Amino acid sequence: MSGQPVFFYQVGTFAVGNRLLDPAMRSGQADPDRANALTSGHRACQGCGEALGARYVLDAAMRATGGRLVVVNATGCLEVFSTPYPETSWRVPWLHSLFGNAPAVAAGAAAALRAQGRDEIRVLAQAGDGGTVDIGLGCLSGMFERNDDVLFVCYDNEAYMNTGVQRSGATPPAARTATTPAVGDRPGNRFGQGKDLPAIAMAHGIPYVATATVADLRDLEAKVAHAMTLHGARYLHVLVPCPLGWGSASCDTIRVARLATESGLFPVFEAEHGAVTGVRRIRRRASVEEYLRLQGRYRHLFEPTRRDDVLDAINAIAEHNIHRYGLLAHPEVA
Amino acid sequence: MTDKPFAITLGVGSSLANHTGTWRVDRPVYVTRRPPCADACPAGEDPQRWLYRVEERGYEAAWREIMTVNPFPAVIGRVCYHPCQSACNRGRLDEAVGINAVERFLGDEAIRRGWTVTSDAPPTGRRVLVIGAGPAGLSAAYHLRLLGHDVTVRDRGEEPGGMMRYGIPAYRLPRDVLDAEIARIVDLGVRLDLRHTVTDLPAEAADFDAVFVAVGAQLGRRVDIPAGDGARVLDAVTMLHRVADGQPPQLGRRVVVYGGGNTAMDAARSARRIGATDAVVVYRRTRDRMPAHEVDLSQALDEGITVRWLSTITQIDGDRVRVEKMRLDDSGFPQPTGEYDDLSADAVVLAVGQEADLSLLSGVDGVGLDGGTVRVGPDLMTGHAGVFAGGDIVSARSELASPAVANNRTAVRAEQTVTNAVGQGRGAASAIDAYLKGRASRPVPPSAPAGFERLNTWYYCDAPATVAPGLTAARRVSTFDEVVGGLDESTALFEARRCLSCGTCFECDNCYGVCPDNAIRKLGPGLGFEIDYDYCKGCGLCVAECPAGAMEMVPEQARAVRRQWHESADGGRTPGGRARRTAGRADPRRGGPAGRGRHDGGGGIRRRYSRLVRQQLLRRSRRRGGHHR
Repeated sequence: MSGQPVFFYQVGTFAVGNRLLDPAMRSGQADPDRANALTSGHRACQGCGEALGARYVLDAAMRATGGRLVVVNATGCLEVFSTPYPETSWRVPWLHSLFGNAPAVAAGAAAALRAQGRDEIRVLAQAGDGGTVDIGLGCLSGMFERNDDVLFVCYDNEAYMNTGVQRSGATPPAARTATTPAVGDRPGNRFGQGKDLPAIAMAHGIPYVATATVADLRDLEAKVAHAMTLHGARYLHVLVPCPLGWGSASCDTIRVARLATESGLFPVFEAEHGAVTGVRRIRRRASVEEYLRLQGRYRHLFEPTRRDDVLDAINAIAEHNIHRYGLLAHPEVA
Repeated sequence: MTDKPFAITLGVGSSLANHTGTWRVDRPVYVTRRPPCADACPAGEDPQRWLYRVEERGYEAAWREIMTVNPFPAVIGRVCYHPCQSACNRGRLDEAVGINAVERFLGDEAIRRGWTVTSDAPPTGRRVLVIGAGPAGLSAAYHLRLLGHDVTVRDRGEEPGGMMRYGIPAYRLPRDVLDAEIARIVDLGVRLDLRHTVTDLPAEAADFDAVFVAVGAQLGRRVDIPAGDGARVLDAVTMLHRVADGQPPQLGRRVVVYGGGNTAMDAARSARRIGATDAVVVYRRTRDRMPAHEVDLSQALDEGITVRWLSTITQIDGDRVRVEKMRLDDSGFPQPTGEYDDLSADAVVLAVGQEADLSLLSGVDGVGLDGGTVRVGPDLMTGHAGVFAGGDIVSARSELASPAVANNRTAVRAEQTVTNAVGQGRGAASAIDAYLKGRASRPVPPSAPAGFERLNTWYYCDAPATVAPGLTAARRVSTFDEVVGGLDESTALFEARRCLSCGTCFECDNCYGVCPDNAIRKLGPGLGFEIDYDYCKGCGLCVAECPAGAMEMVPEQARAVRRQWHESADGGRTPGGRARRTAGRADPRRGGPAGRGRHDGGGGIRRRYSRLVRQQLLRRSRRRGGHHR
């Protein structure tokens, strides 16, 4: 083991920070002076993945831009829990207009800044999966097509949580929502529907598309930092488990996100100009069942009778992702 | 406008006014749990504590941490069978941390750099006699001296060290290392009377306020084997003692060792080093039932020792040793088969156990003997006030020395090892100190263990153990040079940094990072973290993502809080200035969890949704065993 560098430390690069690591090697979230772009007192549920993901992303973007950042927000949980007038949890310049027009508003903000000659100020737009894949998709596609200088971040919690957990175009198959109840022969959301927005974004050939989760902070921060080095339309899709809508324990938010990637159900990768350039490989392979078991929205797959047919179909999705993105470190072992 | 931050147009209030801590049903707290290594150590060390120092290159601080418990880091770092490593949680991840090798590195570093300890305690004027300069006696003397007592150690040997010198061969424990660590104890002001055999205990004890008897098990047990003329039979204790004295017995080329313990391995390996070309160990059971430690056995096999499993010696005649094959019955006990085999041997070494010579205690009033051991209380005191006993001559482990015993009361009989003896010496010292000061001795209270299931191992990198260098087998069997090498600084540091820090915060910043509510304050290097309960919603993410299991959720005292709310006159503020617990519910602008009636388009959905939220919360709090508010 003499080849190991001496700075090896228990937790290496997986933890947020470490007392013995050089500050430059710690994550931005370890910094006692981090921006805390989304501060305390917001009304997100206990263990909210979206609140966590939004702070991770915006703190990293604030760091990358030296605080010269404007944020445009679509309607959704993120907007509702953070800004019940007259209070706000945002510690960044922040603008909310409508549910579906955040990409257009952000494109306008970027154009206005450019017109004022204030190119150093960067624009970030953010929305939930409903505002991104359904309601805002037209505006978003236009923003991609025009290659507006905006980083658009989708916090994907796989349904309309704010209004009571209705299905969205990002809801996975078999998941129970208020509008896809667990009844009948094919309980929960249908197979074969829904939208793969990272693939749609890649199809626009924009400079940068990436996926990430709240379970891998360092990967997420690196992607935000890289995105801010680029100009033009960029898209970041962050998986943010929702304890309320997913029926998971509030303490399991990060664990669920981790299992989503380690089971292969949520591939974490990055792409430039439509081509995949990097993949975060599975470190400790988990079964899809481990992932599904933690979530009440899949309980009907195990109770009252076990639905092996549905489980097999979900497993096939994971296998497909693993094959498509090369998620295993040693494919021959699979 | 000019006093507003960039691009801010509206005067806004901060959500900091909204104290979301009132939502909480369980609260996270920082805890310290006892790591399994500390739980397992018979000497009472807490390896995690000193590994923490090593990780930041604080080698001397780490060594001083060990020295508060164990005065023999360099010795223990060589001869201990490291139950800490067997218990190490990392063993379930990849490989156990090489705690023993790091301890040896620290011990050697202390000798090399001349680190010493001093006693800060004022002299008490009380005199203690320690009989036996082995690990138990010297450990007791060291701790008693640190506590300010006047200590005299008497031993019949030419040199101090007991079994460390006369039982453990030099290839496992070099004599200069042993001498250096004993010299440090003597330099503290411990008086050492060598070549002094104590026979009349009451007479010698008259000058002292307390006595600690730790004479060890110095007699090799004999078994009744018919032996004809010319048979050369001796016991392993005598043989090893003579080798240590530099007067090795003439064993010849072919040596048979009878027994399956660590002493049998030492005898066989020493026999090879003093000229035997052929050393065979005869053991009546199978490898998995052998009392010798795996490391000793495998090193012996590496050196060309052979083992006859399931065999007993029935007769020795001249150079012929008759061996009977055995089989294990259903209870695992060896039974004779009636099949015989002959071995030729120039000498037979019996390593079938050791006994204590307790004649010096037999005439002392009140001292009870149980077969070959001394009867002692939990504080190691015999039936005679002021006379304590420990080490190999007692069968119980001291509850004062080691939480391993306090926590694991089912441990019936301690192994007779140097490490156990060091722990007994320390336990005896603390009991004697309490006795001399007229206080009751305090056992170490059992503490909550940091089990593997409490760790979140995701955050630890994969890192296999560092392997200490070893001598080649060819050089081993011809010399008494030390077989196992030590770690250098970088490998020791690497090894220490593999420690998972079970049950103790090591400031990885995870709790600070993963809180969705920014409710954790980072206090700075070495100061840890603080939870801001004004905003902590009690989600438990910090606890779930703590790698070391150094946090836990505890139920809020919900009823007490509610009662205070009803009783308080200031409209429902709890004494800590906490925001309202229920008032927020009545105010539509101060909804609970997000999403109350903003885009839901109708009261029906809103009612259904708030019912869903309530059910979720109720179910979750029941699942966690918490209280529903």
